[in-house]
Amino acid sequence: MKNNLGRDIPEQIAGNYKIYQGPFEQAIEGRKSSPKIIRVKPGESKLLASLEDAVIKSGLKDGMTISFHHHFRSGDYIINNIMDIIAKLGIKNLTLASSSLTSIHAPLIKHIKNGVIKKITSSGLRGELAEEISKGLMEEPVIIRSHGGRARAIESGDIKIDVAFLGASSSDEYGNANGSNGNAICGPLGYAKIDAEYADKVIIITDSIVDYPNMPASILQINVDYVVKVNEIGDSKGIASGATRFTKNPKELLIADYASKVIVGSEYFKDGFSFQTGTGGSSLAVTRFLRNEMIKQDIKGSFALGGITKPMVEMLEEGLINNIFDVQSFDLVAANSVSKNERHHEISSSFYANPHNKGSAVNKLDIVILSALEVDTNFNVNVITGSDGVIRGASGGHCDAAAGSKLTLIVAPLVRGRIPTIVNKVNTVITPGETIDVVITEIGIAINPKRQDLIEQYKKSDIPVYTIEELKDKAIEIVGNPEKIQYEDKVVALVEYRDGSIIDVIRKVK
Amino acid sequence: MDRLRRTMMFVPGNNPGMLRDAYIYGADCLMFDLEDSVALAEKDAARFLVYNAVKTVDYGNTEIVVRINGLDTPYGKNDIEAMVRSEVDVIRLPKTETKEDVLEVEAIIEEVEKKIGKELGTTKMMAAIEGPLGVFNAYDIATSSSRLIGIALGAEDFVTNMKTKRYLDGMELFTARSQIVLAARAAGIYALDTVFSDVDNEEGFRKEIEFIKQLGFDGKSIINPRQIGPVNEIYTPNDKEIKKALDVKRAIKEAADKGSGVISLNGKMIDKPIVDRADRVLHLAMAAGIYKEESGYEE
Repeated sequence: MKNNLGRDIPEQIAGNYKIYQGPFEQAIEGRKSSPKIIRVKPGESKLLASLEDAVIKSGLKDGMTISFHHHFRSGDYIINNIMDIIAKLGIKNLTLASSSLTSIHAPLIKHIKNGVIKKITSSGLRGELAEEISKGLMEEPVIIRSHGGRARAIESGDIKIDVAFLGASSSDEYGNANGSNGNAICGPLGYAKIDAEYADKVIIITDSIVDYPNMPASILQINVDYVVKVNEIGDSKGIASGATRFTKNPKELLIADYASKVIVGSEYFKDGFSFQTGTGGSSLAVTRFLRNEMIKQDIKGSFALGGITKPMVEMLEEGLINNIFDVQSFDLVAANSVSKNERHHEISSSFYANPHNKGSAVNKLDIVILSALEVDTNFNVNVITGSDGVIRGASGGHCDAAAGSKLTLIVAPLVRGRIPTIVNKVNTVITPGETIDVVITEIGIAINPKRQDLIEQYKKSDIPVYTIEELKDKAIEIVGNPEKIQYEDKVVALVEYRDGSIIDVIRKVK
Repeated sequence: MDRLRRTMMFVPGNNPGMLRDAYIYGADCLMFDLEDSVALAEKDAARFLVYNAVKTVDYGNTEIVVRINGLDTPYGKNDIEAMVRSEVDVIRLPKTETKEDVLEVEAIIEEVEKKIGKELGTTKMMAAIEGPLGVFNAYDIATSSSRLIGIALGAEDFVTNMKTKRYLDGMELFTARSQIVLAARAAGIYALDTVFSDVDNEEGFRKEIEFIKQLGFDGKSIINPRQIGPVNEIYTPNDKEIKKALDVKRAIKEAADKGSGVISLNGKMIDKPIVDRADRVLHLAMAAGIYKEESGYEE
């Protein structure tokens, strides 16, 4: 069958899942899921001697669901180490519900092959693991969930975590854990907070046990069963790199210039506005351009949201923005700021973006700048599959922020090498076009026809305005029409929209 | 109205991505280089690439200039033939020393234009003056051909020949710059200044632009898109200049409406240089997007 974006969903999948109908069309019912009641009595110790002890004590059995977070990013040692131990103990058929997976998780391939991992849900997949999955490594399709969608799935019980293995930069012996103290700091533990609250068993893994109480804590003792000390939780260089450098790439700067002009020219750019930007070269440049314009026009922002970087922290410190909501820090400057600055708030992924709670932060966003691998003429955005059809990205908070924000901007070059970015039909829809307002390229912008107000407004500006079809034609004019990707019928991943409905599927590449 | 040539951006002729994208940054002219930025082994490939880029890519209103190899190399003649056939706007000669250098190239251009049935004189030329002899002959060079749209200073070879190097204050180039801008003005063609190589030194770059603007240059050769903004900014007239230019234009109109031959503004007579200057100010203001002919100027 085809869903209402025209994406082809196989019948047996359509029969088992809700199908995407629109950004806010799914009916909501039921109660939140809840973890088992577990009591820790006075005098009991939570400290365990080894990861193996932790796996055994957790009561992990065949067929259960385990979870991890990705705050240690490409420096993470936890997932691979735990999976090796689980495999050694002979436990099989697990569901791996990680908040995301990166290229360092290639060793998981052997655990999929040997039957330890049966199912995966994650925001993204990269590297060798992603390639193998795209080639049909798994029997069960991976479920791709956005950050908000994962929080929703955990709260609703769509994901029922039996054991959460949560790495932390520091913890006390009773489980108060955070990413602010310790040898390798990562800042907030926003994705892990939700696991800690909803998993039946929660195990904190840290290389830095500190005196009780380790406050303020991201994960609280009331949710933690065990604490394990290891030698290293990860490679600190891969966890939080130094501050991201400002781009000198002229094309990225030009895109950023157009993006900031669109923002500054919009009705949303005024005292008390809120925004979210990414970490790409253009996004970071927009942040800097906005800063200059805010100083010039004496405008102060109410909050910045998202994955947080150094430029935003600087704006907080300069008093240009009043608050930062931080679910994940992208560099050391941001990671350090959370514990130092009382207006730099750590938030959970549910607070950030869950569509089915009583109001997440994205609902209060005025402006968001997001990137794209592809955008199609219906403004649908792909951020997960490459031009070869292989998975190489993550859903992240893309569709969440787009749905919540009043003005959603996509920044992307018109072409990358010989690959057009603006196409007739994206390989994979992560974010539906109805939640996208403006696409910004180096040759000009295209405005979603549903935003006639913006079309009227920017017609008069000196930014070149095209229709999305014109942008697509210009891209094709330069690089020609790419050959169609050859897929087989087998579905290797389901793309879940934030509300739990299936917005697209990813098929096996030939 | 005369074309603006505030920025002429160098683009290596052997880089397809840059040839394709260079126009998006808003330089007034692009100069695709077949000469110094292309290694000997790549000369033919670069010529082929530039030919196809000029034929294929829609560069809009951007003026396309190609710097060819000199006729004293094995590539010069082929470069000229390919570029005339590609219908490039302007062929730029490197290291021009005498008017004969210009005439030799012109003869080949004419030959190719005839061969392919192109209207004679369509292919324009500009000459880069890069040595003391060229500076000395600047006026002869500037007046050597009706195809010439401008002359440009190339400072790197010049300072070496002069047994000096480039300094931040630019005093070593003062005579050459003055001579070139003087020759260009006398010949009624454009004068373009040399490149400023330290892309990260924006302050030094800005000072140099201020200075060459003061000397009377039309614009500057640049090597990076990031240099476009500062040049355009400095060449953009300020509010006072625009207001004054508009007053001049209004006075002309009022005089014409009254049928009066004498134009005056605030008691002062307006003569042709003042009118020309007003036109140029408004042209630059329009190019900067701060003045539109139909809607007028808003402060």
